[in-house]
Amino acid sequence: MSRITPELMRHVAELSRLELSDDELTTFTRQLDAVLAHVAQLEELDLDEAIEGTAHAVDLTCPWRADEPGPSLPRDRVLGPAPERDEACFVVPRIIEG
Amino acid sequence: MSLCFVDVTELARRIAGREISAEEVTRAHLEQARQLDGALRAFITLDAQGALEAARALDSRLARGEPVGPLCGVPVALKDNLVSAGLQTSAGSRILAGWIPPYDGTAVARIRAADAVILGKLNLDEFAMGSSTESSPLRGPCCNPWDTTRVPGGSSGGAAAAVAAGLCAGALGTDTGGSIRQPAALCGVSGLKPTYGRVSRYGVIAFASSLDQVGPLARSVRDCAALLEVIAGPDPRDSTSIPRGLAPGSLLAACARRDLAGLRVGVPREYFEQGGPEPDVERAVREAIEELRALGAEPREISLPHTPYAVATYYLIATAEASSNLARYDGVRFGLRAEGARSLDEMYTRTRQQGFGAEVKRRIMLGTFALSTGYYEAYYGRAQRVRTLIRRDFTRAFERCDVIATPTSPFPAFRQGEKQGDPLQMYLADIYTLSCNLAGLPGLSLPCGFSAGGLPLGLQLLGPPLAEETLLGVGAAYQAATDWHRRRPPLADGAAQEALP
Repeated sequence: MSRITPELMRHVAELSRLELSDDELTTFTRQLDAVLAHVAQLEELDLDEAIEGTAHAVDLTCPWRADEPGPSLPRDRVLGPAPERDEACFVVPRIIEG
Repeated sequence: MSLCFVDVTELARRIAGREISAEEVTRAHLEQARQLDGALRAFITLDAQGALEAARALDSRLARGEPVGPLCGVPVALKDNLVSAGLQTSAGSRILAGWIPPYDGTAVARIRAADAVILGKLNLDEFAMGSSTESSPLRGPCCNPWDTTRVPGGSSGGAAAAVAAGLCAGALGTDTGGSIRQPAALCGVSGLKPTYGRVSRYGVIAFASSLDQVGPLARSVRDCAALLEVIAGPDPRDSTSIPRGLAPGSLLAACARRDLAGLRVGVPREYFEQGGPEPDVERAVREAIEELRALGAEPREISLPHTPYAVATYYLIATAEASSNLARYDGVRFGLRAEGARSLDEMYTRTRQQGFGAEVKRRIMLGTFALSTGYYEAYYGRAQRVRTLIRRDFTRAFERCDVIATPTSPFPAFRQGEKQGDPLQMYLADIYTLSCNLAGLPGLSLPCGFSAGGLPLGLQLLGPPLAEETLLGVGAAYQAATDWHRRRPPLADGAAQEALP
């Protein structure tokens, strides 16, 4: 069973694109460690190699839709709710210097 | 009889027959909301103007003799994680506050096309992650109409509270691990989680895509059938929607069932072991099972041996999927963007830090951990394999029974704040409802009594995939023989006084 340490928590926060305050780091470390202690009970189960994972409960093969052109949402309505935009694009902070 | 407690099909029939106008019905519900929603906080957005306009437009069409849909004038409200064109859809989160979607999700479009009147958007735990509707940064905690110091359950707590208090005739919620059924039980209403794939997920704000499903909450099983009838069916915009639709009218027809002769009702032994439900809950559920026996059913003990592993399995799979689904909230295309970031990465991180509440952060991090290098096989991989065992338990059980009867929740509505700060205790509230989502089954919760303290209790009926007709039929037979579902919270009773002409 793994334990959640503050270092691991910091790493997971970084992977999650979250920045934790010191208080959050302490609380989340304790809480997630308790959750992991509970999920550790899955280790009790002797899982036969033949048991495959279930990703989806319904046996569906991925269907192909007909490749037919159809209307899309007007560009303005899609760009409308963006925090920052210009006429045709979403605008984000500069990522390339120069 | 108050206009606010009339059955869905009865309301639609009277409005379509012009015995009463859609506008009057809408006004009565808006008035009920005006009186009670300050205390309940069931709505995040109450769209009085939009609802009245829709109702008047419908009355004009009726006056001209035009054909109308099956939910003609029925006041319906939507959980705020269902995307609705022109009406803020926030998922209860600061990160989406102010987002006015440019399109309708499929279930919402179908509700509109059936001529229901949409009153507004309902409170929920942020991103549907919770069992109490307390983590709602935009509106604040929603309260249970039976006792406002208690939670309504969650995450569709606003939906259950609004239906119970007569703020709407029916509601649409979503259920990823019990989020329709558990609040339905805690507020004394009926709620159905359909078979995975029965209702399109297009336009549902994704939490855990292999578990999420849209479904109805209403004051009777038959009302749930009337709503599901409208929203169910294949959708080319959701590749997981089941290609085979329902025969029109089949769900309402199923609700005519009164005799349960020969129905095999499985009672899973594991659900009453290991602490089990509180004594009041167990008593009410066992009495409900005896009532089913009196209607002709044959209860029998069954076993679902992997039940003790459901909570662990669910919280690894659901959070893993959530961590991936919620990656899209990055401050670029909609919702919040943090100010003052000097780089793109800093903008992402700060936006997410400011925009997500504590429970959402916890789940994103648990899911990220379960999927991360070095832990993937031990956590996510193992959980997926245990999911296979849980599903297999049900396949075997349904060889011996037609439906399974269990408590919906191990306890009645708990106090506000009681489980906050202890996520694991909150997760354990869903112990009886999670397996249904892991196995993709339909599940119905319906009122089956009250605790000694006067709080509603719920019976859960589970069926094999696509067995909605059976569940609704059994539920309707039970409701024809009992009146638990007709009880109203005292707070709601005196509020609206208008009588049906």
